[in-house]
Amino acid sequence: MAAQPKKRDYSIIGPESKRAQDRGLASADWYASPIPRKEMKELMKRRNGPAIRDTIIWFGGLVILGYLAYLSWGTWWAIPAFLAYGILYATPGDSRWHECGHGTAFKTPWMNEVMYQIASFMVLRSATPWRWSHARHHTDTIIVGRDPEIITERPPIWKVLLLQIFHLYGGPIEIKRFVLHAFGRMEAQEKEYIPQSQFKKVFWEARAYMLIILGVVAACFWAGTVMPAMFIFLPSFYGAFVVITFGITQHLGLYEDVLDHRLNSRTIYMNPLFRFLYWNMNYHTEHHMFPMVPYHALPKLHAAMKDDCPAARPSLWAALKEVFHALRQQKHDPAYVVVKPLPATARPYMDGIAHELDFEKWMQKQA
Amino acid sequence: MTNPQWIEACEVDDVEEEDVIRFDHEDRTFAIYRTDKGEFFASDGYCTHEKFHLSNGLVMGSTIECPKHNGRFDIKTGAAKRTPVCVDLRTYPVKIENDKVFIQI
Repeated sequence: MAAQPKKRDYSIIGPESKRAQDRGLASADWYASPIPRKEMKELMKRRNGPAIRDTIIWFGGLVILGYLAYLSWGTWWAIPAFLAYGILYATPGDSRWHECGHGTAFKTPWMNEVMYQIASFMVLRSATPWRWSHARHHTDTIIVGRDPEIITERPPIWKVLLLQIFHLYGGPIEIKRFVLHAFGRMEAQEKEYIPQSQFKKVFWEARAYMLIILGVVAACFWAGTVMPAMFIFLPSFYGAFVVITFGITQHLGLYEDVLDHRLNSRTIYMNPLFRFLYWNMNYHTEHHMFPMVPYHALPKLHAAMKDDCPAARPSLWAALKEVFHALRQQKHDPAYVVVKPLPATARPYMDGIAHELDFEKWMQKQA
Repeated sequence: MTNPQWIEACEVDDVEEEDVIRFDHEDRTFAIYRTDKGEFFASDGYCTHEKFHLSNGLVMGSTIECPKHNGRFDIKTGAAKRTPVCVDLRTYPVKIENDKVFIQI
């Protein structure tokens, strides 16, 4: 009987964290595609126009769909109306949270900050802790024991993925964190990547979130209907399925423990509607390699570096098929990963295969 | 402790307006900035948050943004302006002589 590989510990306060540091995978130098400085400076330039336009469209859309949902309350039309409202609430909520967290969406810093705070609540993510968690995700992208934003480990935990369709895995965890933070306490793993100087801010943000949530609950009791929560708070759950659909295509099924984003991130071509909802995060390899390039310049960045990258997946559907195929394979063979060939114009992958072979030996030793 | 000394870092024309270049001296590395107003400044090369070189970052007016996590510093004072940067950046005096940029270290 073949030896079962020992399951890895994905906690960022477990032994894998030290192992990643010992292997030189923590805070390491990552591969970057060669782009002339002059061109990169142009790509990095910040503008307010695109994000202001998109924000007006987004909130305008929420008002219109919200009004239609309100009118449809008590009829079967409420189902599609709230579904549309929920998707438009949570999906751009996620992408605006992300881009404004990087501070690249708007040129004006306070606009990024205001939108970041609003979007953080909309997707139920503690603003400051997630800012630091995401910084770590960029430092140590999909490095086991270091990256706190790995959606699921290998073999995949299907329960997590299924629950996340309606944010029922991450949502309750976040609400528990709000309560913990509101009472002035932090989780052990948060202390690993959030400096103490930020704790006070975390606590006050959580108190503000709790106040809003309790206000919505009170409004529901006062009105004798759940409708207020259907507009604020509950869309974070019932509208979340596009968030997870996009999210699982970013890294799942690709390499862990490599220092080349071409091996652990996936770029996908999407239609203009999806790209509006997702704020161009389908160009995910590009975003990870050059996170200072704002969302509106990512298509140009993609054009500048595509000769150095594997071909983009042709559609969301193609990417999802690839992800689920890989996850099914990883159920039996956790080392299974998707590797796409590079074009002849590209530089070779950096340290991908070698690390995977080391990982196999390491697992055998652990078994 | 050695006395501060002026070191030639680069030519004035080596740095475009609103840009930054890397300057290595002995075992240390620095970032040399030129603002949109044509003023020159110098700081340690690495971001105080993680070890990423600021010379790949974006200069906006008198602010430098780290290329990895988008933390920001005031180029003139080194003050940390945006998380994840929390610790100020060390800056160095700069002088221009004969179209050359000198930093005092």
